[in-house]
Amino acid sequence: MADYKNEFGWFAPKPTVEKKIYNLTAVAVGLGIFLVVFGAPVLLNMGKVHPVPQPSVDTPAIQKLAEKERQCVEPTEWMRANHMQLLWDWREQVVRTGERYYTTSRGKKVLASLSNNCMECHTNKSQFCDQCHNYVAVAPNCWGCHLPKEQNVAKAEGK
Amino acid sequence: MGINRRDFLKLAGLLGLGGKAAFELVLPGEVEAAVAKTQAAGTRWALVVDMRKLTDKVAARCIEACHTLHNVPNYLEPPDPKLALSEDLKNRWQIKWIWTDVYEHAFVGFEQDHQWEKLQGMNFLLLCNHCDNPPCVRVCPTQATYRRPDGIVMMDMHRCIGCRFCMAGCPYAARSFNWRDPRPYIPKINPDYPTREIGVVEKCLLCEERLAQGQQPACVEASGGALIFGNLNEENSPVRAALRAHYTIRRKPYLGTNPQVYYIV
Repeated sequence: MADYKNEFGWFAPKPTVEKKIYNLTAVAVGLGIFLVVFGAPVLLNMGKVHPVPQPSVDTPAIQKLAEKERQCVEPTEWMRANHMQLLWDWREQVVRTGERYYTTSRGKKVLASLSNNCMECHTNKSQFCDQCHNYVAVAPNCWGCHLPKEQNVAKAEGK
Repeated sequence: MGINRRDFLKLAGLLGLGGKAAFELVLPGEVEAAVAKTQAAGTRWALVVDMRKLTDKVAARCIEACHTLHNVPNYLEPPDPKLALSEDLKNRWQIKWIWTDVYEHAFVGFEQDHQWEKLQGMNFLLLCNHCDNPPCVRVCPTQATYRRPDGIVMMDMHRCIGCRFCMAGCPYAARSFNWRDPRPYIPKINPDYPTREIGVVEKCLLCEERLAQGQQPACVEASGGALIFGNLNEENSPVRAALRAHYTIRRKPYLGTNPQVYYIV
């Protein structure tokens, strides 16, 4: 029921407005541009298969170790999930408290140092660290100061 | 209603006594602890520079040893001539952990109209004084620099936000700021020690990484006896022996920072 009075008079029906999209071309072009720009990452990568990263542990230092000792400071699965937290803890522990050794869950005492312990075995930063970090697009800022020691190994092998 | 001066003073005196007693009740021993001197137990590292043995050659050797070990960039003579800087930038960007300067600059406040001739223009080996009361630690907003129990004024580069308050606080100019990425200016990178990044402050850490391995600081090892290092709290340590046997001076002791690098002149 119409109101008994509106701005068009007594019991006047409200005029109906034609339902249509105004400026259809401009809207369509704008929408198209929006879809292309925002959809580009999806469209460009559609169908591409990104191989699951395979961090390599094949370095001379690791090969040299006996089969039994060929393990990281903690179990591999645990390291895969928690190495960043471990490195944070080491950093706090070494710099703030001066305690330079870490006791592993196996009860072994190891030097808590990225450059002087981790990278001694994992001398292949680009084949090990960077593999997953690039895959998940994270950029840890360790390497602004700490040295990966990779070039050194390359040089030594060249000789 | 008023109160006369005599009664006011009596009341104030009583309140003052009561305040001290209340403090003792709530926080026993805190008032004394706040004014007490630093602890005399444990380790307190200190350095004595014997200026009779320290020639310019020895000083250069000490600086070389320190700066190569700790990846200190050389802005004065860059390894690649293409990276050479203007005179102005050289001075502004210079990073120094250990350096030399003349007596007149190093010992401001010791000036005399007539003084021992030998002191004039004498090159002193300068480094962080590892003060007992370090102003840099007081002003650091992130506790990136802090005082270790063994007296070393330590830097945690991970926490440094590059505000440079500590540089303003340090009266000895012992701190340098990385105005740019230092890596291209490091003549030979030591892979066992980290470099620094753009935007952090750095300084001498008294070779805490070597002390942890039971070694002497690099400058002391390179000095051939001109630098004496040891524990001040140990009666028979070489520093205590040197301080007992000689008259020593320190840089700007009147500022109350209690510097712990001593100079035998």
